[in-house]
Amino acid sequence: MRLHTPKTFEQAVAIAAAAPGKTRFLAGGTDVLVQLRAGMVSPDDLIDLKHIAGGKDISATGDGGWRIGIAVSGAELGRHAGLVADWPGVVEGMQLVGSTQVQGRATLVGNLCNGSPAADSVPALVTAGAKVSVIGPQGQRDIAVEDVPAGPGRNVLQPGEMVTALILPPRGKHGGDAYLRFIPRSEMDIAVVGAAVNLRLDGAMITEARVALGAVAAKVMLVQAAAQAIIGTALQDADLDALATAAIAAATPISDKRGTADFRNDIVGVLVKRAARIAYARAKGAVK
Amino acid sequence: MSKIHVTTTVNGDTVEFLAESRDTLLDALRDQLGLTGTKEGCGTGDCGACSVLLDGVLVCSCLVLAAEVQDKQVETVEGLATGAELHPLQRKFIEHAALQCGFCTPGILVAAKALLAQNPDPTESEVRFWLAGNLCRCTGYDKIIRAVMDAGAEMRGAN
Repeated sequence: MRLHTPKTFEQAVAIAAAAPGKTRFLAGGTDVLVQLRAGMVSPDDLIDLKHIAGGKDISATGDGGWRIGIAVSGAELGRHAGLVADWPGVVEGMQLVGSTQVQGRATLVGNLCNGSPAADSVPALVTAGAKVSVIGPQGQRDIAVEDVPAGPGRNVLQPGEMVTALILPPRGKHGGDAYLRFIPRSEMDIAVVGAAVNLRLDGAMITEARVALGAVAAKVMLVQAAAQAIIGTALQDADLDALATAAIAAATPISDKRGTADFRNDIVGVLVKRAARIAYARAKGAVK
Repeated sequence: MSKIHVTTTVNGDTVEFLAESRDTLLDALRDQLGLTGTKEGCGTGDCGACSVLLDGVLVCSCLVLAAEVQDKQVETVEGLATGAELHPLQRKFIEHAALQCGFCTPGILVAAKALLAQNPDPTESEVRFWLAGNLCRCTGYDKIIRAVMDAGAEMRGAN
């Protein structure tokens, strides 16, 4: 295995394009090194992207959003007061990934590109309307986060393509987001169900909403019907019931050792309601 | 394939070693530098026995490539004591009998040191969550938590 440490994304693209065999990218390494060890992947070329300038930066974009470098760790996200204030759901999702040790290295982009349907950081990125900037032999493009996973362990990036940054849109006024997951213990586990809600209020009424579910389909899913169930409402009990019904209808969970499909459907309803209540309270400014 | 020459700082000392591209920091610490205090438990980032500080950040050394630590600061359990004088965490672990087989202990000591450095007065709940990535199959954790709390108290002069 050849280890490369390019100084620019252009160099990284050139290395990846010229690589004859299997290529992997290294940022936090908390998935890649595990896969190497398990023999799940045996790359000929491993390209460490951490020597590229900007990888550790969280910077405000011109329109009031955030640009997050590919090597920013979960712990660093959590220490960024501005980001936590704007997108608490995104940050709490990422901070559920792994242990303190893993938080010191693991990245949002890595969690996304790893392609796990249960990735804890992804549902809130989807509801936030985040996108990734991608560079490759064909040039640059942006991809919405919900379009990045292609199935368990796979993503839509083409050979030679890599993510250069993650972009969160402007939070704007009267908005709030939240992410919740169910695990059978209190820490260090993989989501049995994950649910994220992002919404915006005009007074008491929800004017915009996005709802996403994790671990109940082959990919993290954006559920338009669930969002429609609460747009135009003040999140009364009947609206929450409609939200849960729409989310459960969209979920297509499997039964496995971590939970049966029936159980997962029940939990989808519980979590999506709770996440909506938290997002609503945050939008009202009631809680952070 | 040619090996990678790495120069880095471990427990304050400049060290050099040659690494294969796939070698982990854990491999280098144990096999190249003879620092066998850092243990390999799972090798997949689940157990925390290989915890070290990398530029002050708590990481699993099994999830870091050896070649990644060029020009970095690495701190291992061997760096805790000052000469023959044990670190307060080490003394409190002995005092509270916070270990049985001892295999997880180096990683927990390093992890606890990182916690107390950023939060000198943690609650029991904060200690338990911080150490959730350090598995111990002997003690049931209770004595570990008490030792860390007690060490924190001593270090901030509350005893």
